[in-house]
Amino acid sequence: MKIHEYQAKAILAKHGVPVPRGEVVFTAADAAAVARRLGPPVVVKAQIHAGGRGKGGGVKVVKTAEEAEQVAQKMLGMTLVTYQTGPHGQKVQRVLVEQGLAIRRELYLGLVLDRSTERPVLMVSPHGGVEIEKVAAETPERIFKEHVHPGVGLASYQTRKLAFALGLEGPQIAQAGKFMGAISDAFRGTDASLIEINPLIVTGEGTLLALDAKMNFDDNALYRHPDIKELRDLSEEDPLEVEASKYSLNYIKLDGTIGCMVNGAGLAMATMDIIKLAGGEPANFLDVGGGANADQIRNAFRILMSDKNVKAVLINIFGGILRCDVLAEGVIAAVKELGVRVPIVIRMEGTNVEKGKQMLKESGLNFTTADAMGEAAEKVVKLGKQETSA
Amino acid sequence: MAVLIDRTTRLLVQGLTGREGTFHAKQAAAYGTTVVGGVTPGKGGTTHEGWPVFNTVADAVRQTGANASVIFVPPPAAADAILEAADAGLALAVCITEGIPILDMMRVFAVIRGGPTRVIGPNCPGVITAGQAKAGIIPGHICKPGRVGIVSKSGTLTYEAIHQLTRLGLGQTTCIGIGGDPLIGTSFIDALSLFAADPETEAVAMIGEIGGTAEEEAAAWIQKNFKKPVVGFIAGQTAPPGRRMGHAGAIIAGGKGTAAEKMEALETAGVHVVKSPAEIGAAVKTALRS
Repeated sequence: MKIHEYQAKAILAKHGVPVPRGEVVFTAADAAAVARRLGPPVVVKAQIHAGGRGKGGGVKVVKTAEEAEQVAQKMLGMTLVTYQTGPHGQKVQRVLVEQGLAIRRELYLGLVLDRSTERPVLMVSPHGGVEIEKVAAETPERIFKEHVHPGVGLASYQTRKLAFALGLEGPQIAQAGKFMGAISDAFRGTDASLIEINPLIVTGEGTLLALDAKMNFDDNALYRHPDIKELRDLSEEDPLEVEASKYSLNYIKLDGTIGCMVNGAGLAMATMDIIKLAGGEPANFLDVGGGANADQIRNAFRILMSDKNVKAVLINIFGGILRCDVLAEGVIAAVKELGVRVPIVIRMEGTNVEKGKQMLKESGLNFTTADAMGEAAEKVVKLGKQETSA
Repeated sequence: MAVLIDRTTRLLVQGLTGREGTFHAKQAAAYGTTVVGGVTPGKGGTTHEGWPVFNTVADAVRQTGANASVIFVPPPAAADAILEAADAGLALAVCITEGIPILDMMRVFAVIRGGPTRVIGPNCPGVITAGQAKAGIIPGHICKPGRVGIVSKSGTLTYEAIHQLTRLGLGQTTCIGIGGDPLIGTSFIDALSLFAADPETEAVAMIGEIGGTAEEEAAAWIQKNFKKPVVGFIAGQTAPPGRRMGHAGAIIAGGKGTAAEKMEALETAGVHVVKSPAEIGAAVKTALRS
């Protein structure tokens, strides 16, 4: 799960990470009031769940409260397009107004789980304020890493190594140790999957501060962090994906015309791949989970069909122990109830396959059955093309 | 022969009294697996569907001689269940549970790595040795004893691969679903090492997916160490970057973990890579003939 910058800063501050003073606002008038309280200059920052906001016009330094109001007025409601939002962009609904600070240096700090060592890895770089992927690709020697032992935690010598590598000196070494320790505590304490401070700045006074902050959390651990779960901002997510998640369906909207409904994530991805190989474009990823009961199938169909680009649907269910007659019954009921008109190709495996196929055939609805994945993909792509040209 | 489990396996079910545990214990027994009992804390001393239930894994091992366990415990308690299986000295712990917090699994692996317990999963369909025994949820009726090993990150895609092989008349030795989480007990390399040492396994189908670098690592290892033919498929060739495709581990992040990279690495290592998931079985057949 993702949260906004201002929320991440509040969580980090609670764990002892120094952050700028600031407040989030939803109206331009409030932006002016906060600017007055903080005393200009202030920075107005659009709050969306994506990076690259500065380049897209989502971060502005202003010298007066009036200017803060004007900038906030412009930002609130605008659609911000960054390299992380995709071409559709994301609507700005809140802005963070923060104290403006003199910046001496911009550094980078990130903490993320490293799969190969099975430990969190703390990464820092003296090149902050830019895309870290670029630094990693072009000058990997400028990124310094320390792995955090799950039992011992982040050791002091590790923070010192990183602080010296960053070129910090004097009292900054101890400050960096505290800063990194606080980041590590926040990661562990909140079941974060990512913490990124970019930039981590050295201020005009020579102290360290998290000028920006990004935190993502492990969805599987949200059950033990109800306070964090509450921070989920549904307006930042695709409405269909939100709807799907209510029924334990895993749906991701894509740009093609062939809708797919599959059980299991791997098979769902493989089904998308085979549609593409057959000359079509998948309209979505949809994993209905290990089982697939009648209620789930109905909801899956509803979500699938609310994408108007869908010209044909491929259902690929490998049940193993699932009864295909029960599946067929669910599909027929859903198609009748929802009035689905596009052609549907069904490939299913499990017990009672023949009975299931017979039921689909006798339903009088627009079903085509297939025995194998390759055959199913070819059929659905062909039907989708006919539908498009019709 | 085969690997991990066989007729001699004495299987314990952690979470036996739950719905999933009960159902799959019965399925495993019906397939011929020696299921010796279950563990549900607080229900020790009772019986469930004819099996003795124990409070702790240690009790169960002492009294039944169990040497493997399959775990159907809900996510908040599953990491602890794996630790308990390892503490009791079981050689194999297969964790089916989906949705375990990643930091819990990190602590589990920090404890058990280097110890005698092999963990499969979590978030996996488990293991089946065709015609002999199963620990997990892979449907037995699609399998057929033979000479092909399968190792896969995905559940239903594993069934698909097994089904294709069986329909072509090619049987399997052992099918291992290693799971799609970012941290897993048994990697592709671990599974391939087992198949390398198993004389009955003559070829391997390896099914990966986007995210992480496990497939690339396996490719490098195969090139150096694995002499048997391998057929590879990577799911997620059409997945957009930055979107997690169901499995927690299946995400292309920072330009890394793409299907194209993995397929290239495997091809370079001499693996027969198929683009279409429908061609896994046929490719194994060809690879076995050559």
